[in-house]
Amino acid sequence: MTDYLLVDRLEKRFSSHGRAAFKDVSFSIGQGEFVALIGPSGCGKSTLLHIMAGLSQPTAGTVRLAGEPIEKPRPEMMFVFQQYTKSIFPWKTVLDNVLLGVKYRSKAARDVLEKICRDHLELVGLGRYGDYFPYQLSGGMQQRVAIARALARRPQILLMDEPFSALDAMMRVELQDLLLKLWSELKLTVLFVTHDLDEALYLAQRVIMLSASPASVAEDVRVPLPYPRRQIETRSDPVYLQLRERLYRSMVTQVMASRTDVPETAA
Amino acid sequence: MSWLKGILWESRLSGVLLIALLLAFWQLSAMYLVHSPTWPTVTRIFEAWFENVADGTLMTHLIATLWRQMLGFGLAVVLGIALGLAMGYYKALYNLFEPLVETLRPIPGPAYLPLLVLFVGIGSEMKVVLILVASLFPILLNTYSGVRSIDRVQFDTARTLGLTTMQTFRELVLPAASPQILTGMRISLAISLILAILGEMIVSNDGLGYFVLLSQRTFKVPEMYAGIFTLALFGYVLNRVFVRIEAKLVRWHHESSGVI
Repeated sequence: MTDYLLVDRLEKRFSSHGRAAFKDVSFSIGQGEFVALIGPSGCGKSTLLHIMAGLSQPTAGTVRLAGEPIEKPRPEMMFVFQQYTKSIFPWKTVLDNVLLGVKYRSKAARDVLEKICRDHLELVGLGRYGDYFPYQLSGGMQQRVAIARALARRPQILLMDEPFSALDAMMRVELQDLLLKLWSELKLTVLFVTHDLDEALYLAQRVIMLSASPASVAEDVRVPLPYPRRQIETRSDPVYLQLRERLYRSMVTQVMASRTDVPETAA
Repeated sequence: MSWLKGILWESRLSGVLLIALLLAFWQLSAMYLVHSPTWPTVTRIFEAWFENVADGTLMTHLIATLWRQMLGFGLAVVLGIALGLAMGYYKALYNLFEPLVETLRPIPGPAYLPLLVLFVGIGSEMKVVLILVASLFPILLNTYSGVRSIDRVQFDTARTLGLTTMQTFRELVLPAASPQILTGMRISLAISLILAILGEMIVSNDGLGYFVLLSQRTFKVPEMYAGIFTLALFGYVLNRVFVRIEAKLVRWHHESSGVI
């Protein structure tokens, strides 16, 4: 089952300047795994995630889910966007936003669907907020709505594109722990894109690091830290610190190497 | 006296008082300064207004104007939104129609009048078509620019949620563009009244535009002013009603963008 979600020699070139954002990127994710994908900004990690979600097409290579190539968004994969103010529709109440994910998929009666959605709002700690509008909620709560909407569709995989990077530190800590709880309770497979090394190490079982542009897989390391993880203890664990140093070195090397390259014409 | 100051400047009372003051000045000037049939007293105008309201004359003309205005405006709304949504959503349709729209748009509405008289005649249909043509463009333009400014993330969201094209229109495109669509509609509402009055002044036998012009031509000057006052009142009420509806429909927009 290690090849549950397989990325095979993926490449993305932008037609406007012909330069590759990444090339020859290959890795695979096992079912139930929590993997973090990190890399310097501009290395195309977000683009990679969009391609994996079927939202964008690669210029070469394939993404396979349980052996089947992904060409368009699949119901068993849900995407959580960084820009929650946009991906949560501001003209709908919280409940209606969550409902949007299920009402066209299921023939179940409206009240049954509403119950499912309210249960999922409960799951992310927003049980009382169904009738609120997004603008009445904080950023952290809005991103919870997005997570509830994704989960209400009972996906097997969550693809998350820097979902907490726009939140303040306290909110981020809260949502990290919520995500870990949901991951273990619902037996999800999570691919989590972030530029924050600490966040990657704290959350994931495995960290994949992309090099600077044109990116490829630079590191692919296991994080041998037990769950449940704890914000203070885990982050001060010697194993954590050692791994952090190693990955940080690697990241700095990547960035430095890309700087000494022949300067590119400004993109 | 500070309470008086508060009421005066912190509310719109001052604005209402200004209107009352101007009317009083008008009244006094007509009584003592300017003795001319073209400058009747305010009381004489209100007298004429009450007479024409009482015998139903103004109501008949008002309904005639309202009817053709709403018909032309309503058709412009339906056409403008439908075409605008399609142009905003499908790049090919935008490329096909946008140059044409940009060419036709600068033509002032009244310029269509002689042309329409040739093709549609001088009846009510001509006025409805005139109103339709002139109020179409603000709605059309605002609709497609509203759709085109929808964020990519929102379309991606719709796709990951597996929405079909029709569902995407209903759940995302139409509501997301609605603040801009309503702005276009508000502009067109004002335009539609202007064109209705113009059409009635050029060729008609009813409507407020006809009433005002006829009063002037038959030297019923107080009636002419009464007609103009009626138009002011009518336009004001129309706009208020629209703003109310708009505020209700896009409350989320004002609240989430911090504009009240």
